[in-house]
Amino acid sequence: MSTLPVADSSIPNHAPIGVMGRLRIWKMIFATAFSERLVYRGDFALGTLMRFLPIVTQIFLWWAIFDSIGQSNTAGTESGQPAGGEAVSIGGYGFREMVAYYLLTMIARAFSSMPGLASGIAQQIREGEIKRYLIQPIDLIGFLLLNRIAHKCAYYAVAIAPFALVFYLCRDYFVDGFPPLHLFLCFVASLLMGFLIGFFLEASIGMIGFWFLEVSSLLFLYMLFSFFLSGHMFPLTLLPDWIEPAVNFLPLKYLAYFPAAVFLGKIPEDELAMEMGIQFAWLVFFIVLCRFAYARGVARYSGFGG
Amino acid sequence: MWSELNRYRRVFFTFAQNSLVRDMTFRTNFVIECLSSLGWTLMNVGFYLIIFEHTKSIGADSGWDREKFFLFLATTWFINSLVQAFFMPNAEEFSELIRTGGLDFALLKPIDTQFLISFRRVSWSSLANFAAGIVIAAVSLWKLANREVDPYVPTAMSCLLYVFFCGCGVAIMYSLMICLSATSIWLGRNQTLYNFWFYITNFSRYPMEIYNRGWGQALYGLFTFVIPVLVVVNVPARLIARPVEPRSDSEWWLVGWTIVATLLSVLASRWVFRTALGSYRSASS
Repeated sequence: MSTLPVADSSIPNHAPIGVMGRLRIWKMIFATAFSERLVYRGDFALGTLMRFLPIVTQIFLWWAIFDSIGQSNTAGTESGQPAGGEAVSIGGYGFREMVAYYLLTMIARAFSSMPGLASGIAQQIREGEIKRYLIQPIDLIGFLLLNRIAHKCAYYAVAIAPFALVFYLCRDYFVDGFPPLHLFLCFVASLLMGFLIGFFLEASIGMIGFWFLEVSSLLFLYMLFSFFLSGHMFPLTLLPDWIEPAVNFLPLKYLAYFPAAVFLGKIPEDELAMEMGIQFAWLVFFIVLCRFAYARGVARYSGFGG
Repeated sequence: MWSELNRYRRVFFTFAQNSLVRDMTFRTNFVIECLSSLGWTLMNVGFYLIIFEHTKSIGADSGWDREKFFLFLATTWFINSLVQAFFMPNAEEFSELIRTGGLDFALLKPIDTQFLISFRRVSWSSLANFAAGIVIAAVSLWKLANREVDPYVPTAMSCLLYVFFCGCGVAIMYSLMICLSATSIWLGRNQTLYNFWFYITNFSRYPMEIYNRGWGQALYGLFTFVIPVLVVVNVPARLIARPVEPRSDSEWWLVGWTIVATLLSVLASRWVFRTALGSYRSASS
């Protein structure tokens, strides 16, 4: 019967810790998570490099596909142009751009993927660990976000070498070279927002754990959809016409497709600002959703014993 | 000899039965596992359907048009589901046995250790993908037989060869997996190796012709002759998707090489396993 009293950190009953104190806490959380992440760095770097191996099969798959399209288009004339000829394109992507697209989605996914976040939250709810955040003056979402940022920073610190190597080897696939500055800035902004959307979206799914104890099957369903509809598997412009608008309406495309398309200049200039705005709106939506679900969940939650 | 084989057969059936009982204890979980692997299948089918919206075949003049490529996909699904049902859970458990020292008990049992390690668990839910493979194969065979351009029905001979070479493919994959998991005796932990398994077998999922160009030729050679994962799906899929006669000599060489490669990799895995066992030092206490 003993539901835990919910500590409301907004009413300080001791001396307030102030802004500096709060910053110190954040720094501490960050530093701990950062060094924790760097323990197995060798394994980590090797793992990152191997993650590019599927790209190799993708290159050859698309090479063959573009070849056969090129051949059926120019039936009778000489085929066998290197790389299938740039004239051929599917869904607005030529062969080289397709490869560049896959490489760029690797970056986008490095920002937006949140392995273990939702399942971690659900587990903490199930096992009652969440009590900790109700008693201590630390906000669960803020703590997890800081942890995630630290993990990502550690990841980039290690992964930058394999990424740089692969992108250097594949530099020829970027036909238009480096995008103009404003596109690059949009690319970076969409990556950062992609990270935050990924975080708050998955955290919201984890919050479902307040209502259902087991979310792993739901999570699997989400992962399946997100893999297919975020553009991780193929550029979304390849989708049949009747389904593409619906997918474009979903927030999932900001996790992989959108940043890559921005970098490659595939988003028309006049729509770019609007698209960035929509992405930002989705971000706000998920922050609110996550906060709301957490507040409602905590109100429902009861911790026994322990 | 026969009684010995019979004994192994009985032991295997007991393992399979035990696993089924175990799976059926948590029925909902079983159903969810089946459904999620079917979801993965659907996604792949969707991906290739989208690709074939834009192209007629994979590779110019390669003959892998939509129906035939889906036969190829079904073959991939058959082989992978068999490997996942029978060997994957065991290979995972093997490294755990090494880490915890539980391998001691396996070594003491009066039965071949590699057999015991390889067949102890059967993951029945992975066979859902086998069923999915049957559906894909049936639909594409039906379409292949009824299409207007170049219809084709495989002969009984092709079907027999197909089944045989699917078996060879499973054996090659099994050997590769045993080799990878046996290395955990030396390394202690092999998380990266499983990723490695996934990435290597990824190469086997597409027609091998697509690698045979430019800098892919090195990969083509490597994955045909050194680590023969390319022949695993390609050889049976070609046998069912195209008439047995006429075929060029090089194709028959490839078929012959598959048999040799199967024998060699099974022998190699046996050797690696025994050598690795030789350096097993039990965990503490």
